[in-house]
Amino acid sequence: MERNIFPLNYLPLGKKARVRDLISSGSTRRRMLDLGIISNTEVEALQKSPSGDPVAYRIRGAVIALRSEEASQILVEEI
Amino acid sequence: MGIKKLSMVSAFSENQLIIEKKCPDDKIVALAGNPNVGKSTLFNNLTGLNQHTGNWPGKTVTNAQGRFLHKGKGFILVDLPGIYSLMANSVEEEVARDFICFGDPDATVIVADATCLERNLNLVLQTLEITNNAILCVNLLDEAKNKKINIDLKELAKQLGIPVVGTCARDGRGLNELMDEVYNLAMKKPSKAGYIIKYDKPIEEAISILEPSIKKVIGDYNSRWVALKLLDGDKTLINSINQFLKKDILEEIEIAEKMQLAREVLINSGIDNNLFRDKVVSRIVMRAEEISRKAVSYENELYNLRDRKIDRIITSKGFGIPIMLVLLGFVFWLTIIGANYPSQLLSDGLFWLEGRLYRLLTAINFPAALKSLLVEGVYRTLAWVISVMLPPMAIFFPLFSLLEDLGYLPRVAFNLDNFFKKACAHGKQALTMCMGFGCNAAGVVGCRIIDSPRERLIAIITNTFVPCNGRFPTLITTIAIFFAGYFSGALRSLVSAFLLTMLIVFSVVMTLLLSRILSKTILKGLPSSFTLELPPYRKPQIGKVITRSIFDRTLFVLGRAVIVAAPAGLIIWLMANITIGDASILSYCARFLDPPARLIGLDGYILTAFILGFPANEIVIPIIIMSYMSQGSLMELENLYQLGELLRNNGWTWLTAVCFVIFSLMHWPCGTTFLTIKKETQSWKWTIISFLVPAITGTLVCFVITTAVRLLRIV
Repeated sequence: MERNIFPLNYLPLGKKARVRDLISSGSTRRRMLDLGIISNTEVEALQKSPSGDPVAYRIRGAVIALRSEEASQILVEEI
Repeated sequence: MGIKKLSMVSAFSENQLIIEKKCPDDKIVALAGNPNVGKSTLFNNLTGLNQHTGNWPGKTVTNAQGRFLHKGKGFILVDLPGIYSLMANSVEEEVARDFICFGDPDATVIVADATCLERNLNLVLQTLEITNNAILCVNLLDEAKNKKINIDLKELAKQLGIPVVGTCARDGRGLNELMDEVYNLAMKKPSKAGYIIKYDKPIEEAISILEPSIKKVIGDYNSRWVALKLLDGDKTLINSINQFLKKDILEEIEIAEKMQLAREVLINSGIDNNLFRDKVVSRIVMRAEEISRKAVSYENELYNLRDRKIDRIITSKGFGIPIMLVLLGFVFWLTIIGANYPSQLLSDGLFWLEGRLYRLLTAINFPAALKSLLVEGVYRTLAWVISVMLPPMAIFFPLFSLLEDLGYLPRVAFNLDNFFKKACAHGKQALTMCMGFGCNAAGVVGCRIIDSPRERLIAIITNTFVPCNGRFPTLITTIAIFFAGYFSGALRSLVSAFLLTMLIVFSVVMTLLLSRILSKTILKGLPSSFTLELPPYRKPQIGKVITRSIFDRTLFVLGRAVIVAAPAGLIIWLMANITIGDASILSYCARFLDPPARLIGLDGYILTAFILGFPANEIVIPIIIMSYMSQGSLMELENLYQLGELLRNNGWTWLTAVCFVIFSLMHWPCGTTFLTIKKETQSWKWTIISFLVPAITGTLVCFVITTAVRLLRIV
């Protein structure tokens, strides 16, 4: 079965997805890990800011806003 | 002898915390936790100190220490910066980690948010890897209850192997129990940090190779954790250890050898440095998830629905920014109309007192020149500063704190981030700008919440572009005289508030523009990663907000203004009263500065006033009045109409007013802010740049406007 894996910034609002891979490196990667974004973490797109970027996500019970630059480096699979 | 037991004599880190014990056997208690979990409220309730708290991540930017007594024992509570992790991604994390690790606390209290426990457990577990001498304080239990989140404290204690206390710091519930646990723990002998987390087999194997050699150097206490960090290659920790031991730990022959061996084990299993860190962090996160699953249950999965509904409105495409502008406008409007009356009252009172003081000094035959210097120089300047500054601050700061307490400010950063991104700056700069509205020095200190150095410098340099409370009266007065004067009654204050809001928008635009120019020139670099937490909305504690903002902020800022205003009053009086030939020193200055001042739409007196206003911006208008009336002391006029007449008679046109307003938005930081920038950047270079950037910008903008208007002959 082919799996549909795409960057987090393409996740529509209100939808949930599971993290499959983190492609960032260095300090950005560390920051994402600190937020608890690891493989299999569930994320939900909650709210866009007025200009569409950043987007607020629910990550492990907290609401975190990420810019598209960061979100595009998190690969997810919709659930 | 373990790391913890080495004496802490010299600084092992430039960010080291200095602990002041009142009594030599006081116990030291570190207070750690994520941002925005009520840590500062807890701190205040325990120590009675008024540490300012706020509902936005990263509020504790400086460390507060306070003392409390429990069962006759003294405890020094050290409020560490709010952080998410101890991986040292930022200065705050480094400070907190170094203190927990090397600061020798007798106990560490980790405060966690009951409504968001899983995320908080990340820091708890990382702390427990360093020390077992910890207590978990699950705070905000009342909010969790409201959201129907149940937390099994006993299960948590079992899983973590440390005492767990549930609290509700706002109303003080659970604090006694917490103090009991702190007491018990601090009296106990410290024990070795446990195996709170077990890693993958190759990692455990590598640790077991390295750990014995580390034990020989630093002792038993947290050798496992140090081994883990050495394998991780955590440079900041290695630096801290080396400074602490005063030798290079990696040059110890045995450690170097074992490191080599351990590395080989890892490489043979295909674990490079990046993967190592990933595996370690993942394990911690997974353990947090597991514990949270066992100890937390939700009766209602949609427990955050209300917050999301609010967010959907106040950060929406259609309403987000309008709501923000209206709120801002409303705050200014309330400040303007609310401040008029008390300002007048204060000024009447203080000037009545001045008369009394003058008569008293006359009665006791005080020397005339000295009397004039004291009363008309020092006292009058002080009276002016207080009566002009106190009422707006006493209104503005509580309103601002209210928005802060509600959790609205991070939403402002969220709404505006895209503009900041385009300016190659950080969204949190919106927050430091908000603080700047209160006081630019406070805003500059607040820039510590921005964790990348480049974006932080941009925020510091551009902070003075937003007008602080000391400049608001100047702006409001000028607007009222020259632009809103055509309207009457309620309409006038509305027009004033509107124009002021527009002026603020202008200052924000200039901030963004300059941020962008800076990041394309002297502060080149890629924008660093941006993450911003939107905390749950909280019902503000109105009573506390008012007392706190008056005592912490209003009186603090006022106190600072008074300290600079008194000597400024003295100097101004001397300049205005010492005459050489036919004119005072002040007039000489003004005459000298007149030609360049004319080029930027001002005159010599105005420019002199700005220069003399360096200690405190609020005395700019009083100096101008004083100079125009050729008086030897600061003057207050009965009403705005008289002031308007005076200014117009001295050649003010609408162009002068426009340039005056712009120059007052953008000239140079005030004395306090200037010194704060030096302290924050630790560099004269950046301090001078922070001085020059607004000065040059303001001069240029005024010059362009003046030249354009004069060429078009519309004035």
